[in-house]
Amino acid sequence: MTESPAGSWGRTGSYLDGPSSRTGLMGWLTTTDHKRIALMYLAAMGVFFLVGMTIGLLIRLELMQPGEQFYGAKTYNTFFTLHGVIMIFLFIVPGIPAVFGNFILPLQLGAEDVAFPKLNLLSWYVYMAGAAIALTSLYAGDSPPDTGWTFYAPYSINSGGSVSWAVLGAFVLGFSSILTGMNFIVTIHRLRAKGMGFFRMPLFCWGLYATSWIQVIATPVVGITLVLVVMERLLGIGLFDPSLGGDPILYQHLFWIYSHPVVYVMILPAMGVISDILPPFCGRTIFGYRAIAISSMAIAVVGYGVWGHHMFTVGMSDTARWVFSLLTFLVAIPTGVKIFNWTATLYRASIELRVPLLYALGFIFLFSIGGLTGLVNGALSTDIHVHDTAFIVGHFHYTMFGGAGIGLFAALHFWFPKMFGRMYNEKIATWAWGLIMVGFNTLYFPMLVLGIMGMPRRYHDYLPQFQVPHFISTVGSWILATGIILMIVNLIRSARKGRKAPNNPWGATTLEWTTTSPPPLLNFATLPEVKTGPYDFSGRKPGQSHEEGAS
Amino acid sequence: MNTHADTMNDGGGHVMHKDPEGAKTGMWLFLFTEILLFGGLFIIYAIYRGMYTEGFHHAAGELNILLGVTNTVVLLTSSLTMVLGVSALQRRKRGLAQLYLAATLLLAGTFLLIKFFEWGAKRSHGIFPGMEHLHDLPPGEGVFFNLYFMMTGLHGIHVIIGMIVMTVVYNRIQSGSITHENQGILEYSGLYWHLVDLIWIFLLPLFYLTA
Repeated sequence: MTESPAGSWGRTGSYLDGPSSRTGLMGWLTTTDHKRIALMYLAAMGVFFLVGMTIGLLIRLELMQPGEQFYGAKTYNTFFTLHGVIMIFLFIVPGIPAVFGNFILPLQLGAEDVAFPKLNLLSWYVYMAGAAIALTSLYAGDSPPDTGWTFYAPYSINSGGSVSWAVLGAFVLGFSSILTGMNFIVTIHRLRAKGMGFFRMPLFCWGLYATSWIQVIATPVVGITLVLVVMERLLGIGLFDPSLGGDPILYQHLFWIYSHPVVYVMILPAMGVISDILPPFCGRTIFGYRAIAISSMAIAVVGYGVWGHHMFTVGMSDTARWVFSLLTFLVAIPTGVKIFNWTATLYRASIELRVPLLYALGFIFLFSIGGLTGLVNGALSTDIHVHDTAFIVGHFHYTMFGGAGIGLFAALHFWFPKMFGRMYNEKIATWAWGLIMVGFNTLYFPMLVLGIMGMPRRYHDYLPQFQVPHFISTVGSWILATGIILMIVNLIRSARKGRKAPNNPWGATTLEWTTTSPPPLLNFATLPEVKTGPYDFSGRKPGQSHEEGAS
Repeated sequence: MNTHADTMNDGGGHVMHKDPEGAKTGMWLFLFTEILLFGGLFIIYAIYRGMYTEGFHHAAGELNILLGVTNTVVLLTSSLTMVLGVSALQRRKRGLAQLYLAATLLLAGTFLLIKFFEWGAKRSHGIFPGMEHLHDLPPGEGVFFNLYFMMTGLHGIHVIIGMIVMTVVYNRIQSGSITHENQGILEYSGLYWHLVDLIWIFLLPLFYLTA
């Protein structure tokens, strides 16, 4: 190991400050430190999330009562498109890997950085460029895109909205996602600490490993599909244009070949977060470590064969339909394995109910509802009834927001002390959690009911019989937004004024907690060596306070 | 395995790893994504060829086999000069490596030039994306030509990117930042170039030789 010119500082101080070359805005914009890049992602994503949330609130506001309240159908179409594009491509897909993968993965592996630090910075710039292109669609052309985030042909080819910008933005963002995935795969293969075999990695690393493979394998396919939409709009390469002999349904296949696996890009890292949070708050190792690790890979593999379940009603052979339905049911098995293992970990454990665990439990509850409602869509007969209804909207908000989104909040509350070196106000955080859970269910559960009653999705107006659930749902959106804002304000205030965090506030066992909070530039004073599995609590006495040991 | 790469800190907070094995893994993963990118188009080709067997057969007859085969020879030769360039640098023959790189660049340019005239000829016959004539053709022929322009066009963009990379590599051999001890970038651009070559090897039979 070469001793650095920066001397001992790189191994002791905080990554948040340092020599003069690292201060100021340029110190951030030119950094190759994975921890700083993670925070830059967090800042950008936070802004996009708030924009997406505001649009979501406006959608609910319009739907509070039948008839036209505040704006017309055309604006409504652009609103649900923008809400989807921003939340999916700018927030949830990069979400946990870009922020917590970047920050935590090298720390958990006992490495000094990711395998390609410069490429990592490039990924952030590509992400920002993609975001800028996607947001250009707001102003370019006659009107913003109005196709929905799926850009289905042939409407995406004919629409007068500025679809090309949004599609091009999604393509560039995909490129950033591929680069991050490649970086993580090589990091996991090459930079694990001495003694850390694959089956001694924390489960968050396993989640990221499965995720990275999906990013690398699936993203190029949607990339070329989106390029074809742009080419069709700009040059008239009519591969999805029926008037030239093209097949619009082929677009749907190619789109979902990527976009179904990508929901596992959103959820697998969140599942990894939950698997990492449970052990310290239960004071014991995770139940079924290998089963959880392998189930992540199983979800990634089986998840490739299920895309057709988005298309049961568009015209496919009967054989294709039952095969896709069967595979969809199969993917529930590894997910079930995880849920049962988490429950078994909690069973008769000495549970310490603190904020990260509250979010983890919230995740398990909401994601179970999301998963079970998914089976309703996966079954051929019931899918015909709920297809393209509000039920689908409810279902994927339970999985994507209740799963990936709440998982991200859980990660934020779990690793916050490590990232900023300060504790947050746990009382306010608990209140925010309560508001989020109540608001979430008030907002999305009525959608499940509405869908079964027959309310179609993406409709600007509805019949009076749907009014009560719509009204409840809109009230829920206000409660949820209040909770989220309370959470964000609490975290921002605590990052500046919270009391100093000990190195290991939760008594956790993975490597990131062995270094200082916040970690030095090179992460560890001396590179760690691993002799046990990731969740070995054998050294901990019952009832021992974690914060005593920290100094 | 599990060995740490040598790590250096240049004082500005930049951590630099020297890990050729890791870099090579990353490069292969990148090439893998390239194959998948074209893979999407190959799937589309397979499906439409199944739908419009006859149309594809007739449309393919319109392409110039001589030019297609000439271009194949040109591109295969460029792959050869690329390999010779890599091996020349390994034997510490810097000038020779640069000469082979220049030859590769020249062949790549020739490929694009031939492609340019081929496209131009088609265009003068009204066969080009967006032209009205494509709507009048028998079923499937329009799809064939659109796919032809899309796939050879994307391939052409890859050739241009390859040429830019080779120019950079040439200059960096000149300035001495790529040497026989530190030849990773030359080797990876070689890998990339072979992939570009390989994709063309599939494009030739699928478009020119199916008639």
